[in-house]
Amino acid sequence: MIRYIIRRLLWGVVLLIAVTAIVFLLFRVLPTADPAKLRAGRLQNPKIIAEIRADLGLNKSLLSQFWIYLKGVFFHFNLGYSYYSSASVRGLIFERLPATVSLVLGGAVLWITGGMAVGILSALRPRSRGDRASMGGALLLVSAPEYWLGLIVLYLFASDIGQVRIFPGAGSYTPLTSDPVKWFTSLLLPWFVVAAANAAIYARLMRSSLIETMGQDYIRTARAKGLPERQVVLRHGVRAAINPIMTILALDIGVLLGSAVLVETVFNIPGIGRLNYDAITHSDFPIVQGTVLVAALFIIVANILVDIAYAYLDPRVRYS
Amino acid sequence: MNGEGGGPPLLRVEDLRVEFPTEDGIVHAVDGITYQVHRGRTLGIVGESGSGKSVAALTTLGLTRGQGASIGGRILFEGRDLVTLADRELRAIRGNEIAIVFQDPLSSLHPFYRVGAQLIEAIRAHRDVSSAQARERAVELLGLVGIPDPRRRADEFPHEFSGGMRQRAMIAMALVNDPKLLLADEPTTALDVTVQAQILALLERLQRELGMAIVIITHDLGVAAEMADDVAVMYAGRIVETAPADLLFSRPEHPYTWGLLNSIPTLAGPREERLVPIPGAPPSLIRRPSGCHFHPRCPYAQPDHARIDPRLQAVPGTPNHHVACLLEPRMRQRLWEQLSSGRSPDEALAAAGVSEVRG
Repeated sequence: MIRYIIRRLLWGVVLLIAVTAIVFLLFRVLPTADPAKLRAGRLQNPKIIAEIRADLGLNKSLLSQFWIYLKGVFFHFNLGYSYYSSASVRGLIFERLPATVSLVLGGAVLWITGGMAVGILSALRPRSRGDRASMGGALLLVSAPEYWLGLIVLYLFASDIGQVRIFPGAGSYTPLTSDPVKWFTSLLLPWFVVAAANAAIYARLMRSSLIETMGQDYIRTARAKGLPERQVVLRHGVRAAINPIMTILALDIGVLLGSAVLVETVFNIPGIGRLNYDAITHSDFPIVQGTVLVAALFIIVANILVDIAYAYLDPRVRYS
Repeated sequence: MNGEGGGPPLLRVEDLRVEFPTEDGIVHAVDGITYQVHRGRTLGIVGESGSGKSVAALTTLGLTRGQGASIGGRILFEGRDLVTLADRELRAIRGNEIAIVFQDPLSSLHPFYRVGAQLIEAIRAHRDVSSAQARERAVELLGLVGIPDPRRRADEFPHEFSGGMRQRAMIAMALVNDPKLLLADEPTTALDVTVQAQILALLERLQRELGMAIVIITHDLGVAAEMADDVAVMYAGRIVETAPADLLFSRPEHPYTWGLLNSIPTLAGPREERLVPIPGAPPSLIRRPSGCHFHPRCPYAQPDHARIDPRLQAVPGTPNHHVACLLEPRMRQRLWEQLSSGRSPDEALAAAGVSEVRG
């Protein structure tokens, strides 16, 4: 098991280098505004631009630029500096991380509990009215784009512009460390929006997984033992049915940590997605690279965690 | 149908009917079967897959209730009718007074729980004991069914057991609460032949030691011959022949039973002995053949057998031997004499002097 984890971690590093190379190439090869010119602002004379270019290291060959970047990332954990503000990218990301983590993990708690509860109830009475209603609702939520749903809930419930002014709206995010209560209330609407689509997907997953599980022979055995139906469902059915869902959960959280762009933008939450979005509009390559790398890191780590968790969730799985 | 007396039967199934509504029509899985089992005795129920034998067993435990089955008739267990019993009361009987062992022990054990834990759960579902006491009992039972080093093996997962050991564990789990009746649904079908013999011997030993009654459900006449005191042969949801085991194997009356007997090889028989398969396939339980359900596959069927529905009747001279066949008793006797001396169904027909067949 330890050897397996080490091997997976090494592969993760290889993968990260590959992602770095692709991102690096992507932003340098594809036509875009010249960052030196952007930085020069109104002082657009060739001399200043050349100076800036040398300053940012853009006059070096592509390969040596990449090597410098790679060295920085892997040996000094230095993601470079913003072309725009000269701030350290690492610093910016660490500054923004708590907001994104708050948004994603809180949303995850909401969508897991909601999705699983609805999924279990639907699975126990397939094709009943409750099942049809919740699966229909799930389809609606899955189809609703996040930014649209975000605007709708702001329109309905935000304390500044809403029809029913009950929840703090866009731009109200407060860090947990400065005011836990405000942190909680300010995230209620964003959590709901993040959770909605995922809860719908998880309800459907849970439903189909549990329906399949409930048809297994060991469920019949559990009933034949004379166990109450509640125990049959929860201890025997759900226990087996959640495995595939846990796999997807870790991946979804990993992906979302790096890409909650839409919700962060709609609710003006200063997270990593928002940072990335702003950097793209400014052609601020180092930040874009940094955020994409961090997103890739989340996904790679999530993948490894899934595999490790699997060995604990399913005793039949043993890695060698 | 059960000659052994000694008080009322432990289990008496009366005119049991189980039907499942499906999109294609109603599946008549069990169509009016009657049988009984006395304490400490063994009934073998024999039939091909899809003959309704497993459904009957599952219905006894109320396990077909959730599947929208409509159930008729009575299942009397110590005088209580299990068909009409409330879910809660039935649950108190399941795994306690009546236990069941299924065909495939790997899929029937929960893959994520340790074997011992699964036994403990079965005990504590019915007994108010501490988990330490339940564990002692679980280890005791694992030892009783012949699992070596049961204390250690109780902490292993089902996938760490061999097939035979898994089935032993299933049997141990069924027996933890000292059931009066054990339903064994194809308990050896998923196992190697050598392991099959061990499991059957184990069941016989446990029955002697614990005194429970067994209903063994099998497609294998050999298993029934080995285990059963009485045998019921099922075809298309009905019992077509039932008798004490020795009588059924020495003087079978139903052409379907003959077919089953002639389609299994015997070590004693000559090498070149032909095995005669039963032609055709078991009928659909949605659209069953008219008249005698077996007539499309019966080499001896007469034209009117497609119209007349045979009833289970006592064989003349042997009141505990019942058969549902439209052939004349003496004709059946002549046919079986020919068949048992190694003749094919066609030769038997000619020798028995039947001129017109399958008009």
